[in-house]
Amino acid sequence: MHAIVDAFVLAVKMIFTGDAEVYSITARTLAISGSSTIIGALIFVPLGCLIYFNNFWGKKALISVIQTCYSIPTVFVGLLVYLVFSRSGPLGVFGILFTPQVMVIGQVVLISAIVTGLTISALGGVSPAIRETATSLGASRLQSVWVVVKEARFAVLTAVLVGFGRAISEVGLALMVGGNILGYTRVLTTAISLYTGQGEIALSLALGFILVALALIVTVLANRFLMAKEVNVAQSRASVS
Amino acid sequence: MLKVEHLYHSYGKAEILRGISLGVERGEVFVTIGPTGSGKTTLMRLVGLLEKPTSGDIYFGGYKVNNSEKARLEIRRRMAMVSQKPAVFNATVFDNVAYGLRIRKDKSAHLRSKVSDVLETVGLSGYEKRDARTLSGGETQRVALARAMVIEPQLLLLDEPTANLDPVSTSHIENLVTDVIKKSSMTVMMNTHDMFQGQRLADRMGVLIGGEMMQTGNTREIFNAPQSLSIAEFVGVENMLSGTIATNEDGLVTLNVGGIKVEAMSKLDVGTEVCACIRPEEITLVKTKELTSARNMFSGEITRIVVFGPFARVEIHCGLPLISLITKKSVEEMNLKTGDRVYASFKATGVHIIKK
Repeated sequence: MHAIVDAFVLAVKMIFTGDAEVYSITARTLAISGSSTIIGALIFVPLGCLIYFNNFWGKKALISVIQTCYSIPTVFVGLLVYLVFSRSGPLGVFGILFTPQVMVIGQVVLISAIVTGLTISALGGVSPAIRETATSLGASRLQSVWVVVKEARFAVLTAVLVGFGRAISEVGLALMVGGNILGYTRVLTTAISLYTGQGEIALSLALGFILVALALIVTVLANRFLMAKEVNVAQSRASVS
Repeated sequence: MLKVEHLYHSYGKAEILRGISLGVERGEVFVTIGPTGSGKTTLMRLVGLLEKPTSGDIYFGGYKVNNSEKARLEIRRRMAMVSQKPAVFNATVFDNVAYGLRIRKDKSAHLRSKVSDVLETVGLSGYEKRDARTLSGGETQRVALARAMVIEPQLLLLDEPTANLDPVSTSHIENLVTDVIKKSSMTVMMNTHDMFQGQRLADRMGVLIGGEMMQTGNTREIFNAPQSLSIAEFVGVENMLSGTIATNEDGLVTLNVGGIKVEAMSKLDVGTEVCACIRPEEITLVKTKELTSARNMFSGEITRIVVFGPFARVEIHCGLPLISLITKKSVEEMNLKTGDRVYASFKATGVHIIKK
């Protein structure tokens, strides 16, 4: 018990005294997961729109498959990306295994289903009357689609933030394709797992706190976005009565 | 302006519209009345080019609407539709009203003044920055109307715009239609299940029942000369007497209604089974028998008096049941009570004959 309290105190100290290792790992984590989230959003939000707004054979089945993939194990994605980018794999020529780049690629794959699927749900949450209204006021197909996307903007943003949460908190994939190389591919999750094994509890705890704090900040920001909108509505309502 | 020919529409196996044909002239207010579920909204969605009919043609400004998306968009941009429960965009009132102009690439300075003008017209000046989703039902409907009017469409489609509103909001919307829209160059096609609203607003009306356009004409024709029993029933002809034509002298016929003689005007032959329709407001009541030009006068007893607003609905039994609509003032001045004996009279020309 005593040891845990000591570790806790040390961890807090490390965070507030600006421990170099703690900060470089945090910065790297944000860079990698941030990039994968941005790239993922740029690909999978439009993909979600494309699926939602078009009717084609097997659409329902495809959406079911996407939803099933929400819970795809990270180690499985890690294994696939490893096989593809290993020396003997189809994309082995790039020689990027155990680099931050391949970690980004892996995380993009990891969050693909959840961002696409939640984007589809977000668009589905917009009343069909909205699109019809736009059409009846003279909107072209593309203009009416844009109206729906704009209506769903907060829910789509939530989809992206959920993607970020999944990317930053996963460990299996980062370990398998990143290799947990000190100063190069070591991120918060892989570092915690390694240092815990080595008995460096204080360092692990410090990194753990930061990870939790980051997750919390993202959630708070997401809620603030949604809440701000609701508050506006509430204030407008109050000013009416 | 608008012509519809042999329009059929089905959703799956359910046939909603059966061979609708109609024409709407430029600048006219054409009101489709009909009970809920008669296909009014479907007809409007087809005319508004939101859906394609199963078969039949629509002509807009003399040109036949074809299937090309580009052509349909071009025509759709010349109309605007307001639905029964309008959806507002998650944006300010200003942005909602400006939407139609923005997608038409209207110039910004122009746009601002157009939007404020139309908001003033509908009585929503100062609402520009309000979140449109916080408005009341009546305000939302006015935003929807402003959003459609600002485009200055050649054809304005109003689908039961007052169906969910309180009486004050309803009269506000009706005033906009009569005072503003009728004076503009817009042609209006409107749906309502409220036949009196139809009567108040329409230049011409169509009665849609069970997916068929039963009758079109001016309001007088529809209300006083319905072509079938179902129309008569829908437009509030409360006195419908079944009988046969007993004599016909140059168009003045005598009907035998269960042994009682009723005189009316008709070209139908003797022996034809008919229904005599008399609007309640055509029946006048007097306390003592007097000489009158009305061809029909019956003595009877008042069985019920129901007062609503400035009017009173008086039920009389005089061998046949009759319902008369008179003013509340008349009831008071004549001191009419249930059980009183009165004479009910109506002119032969006040009887509309429908062949059974």
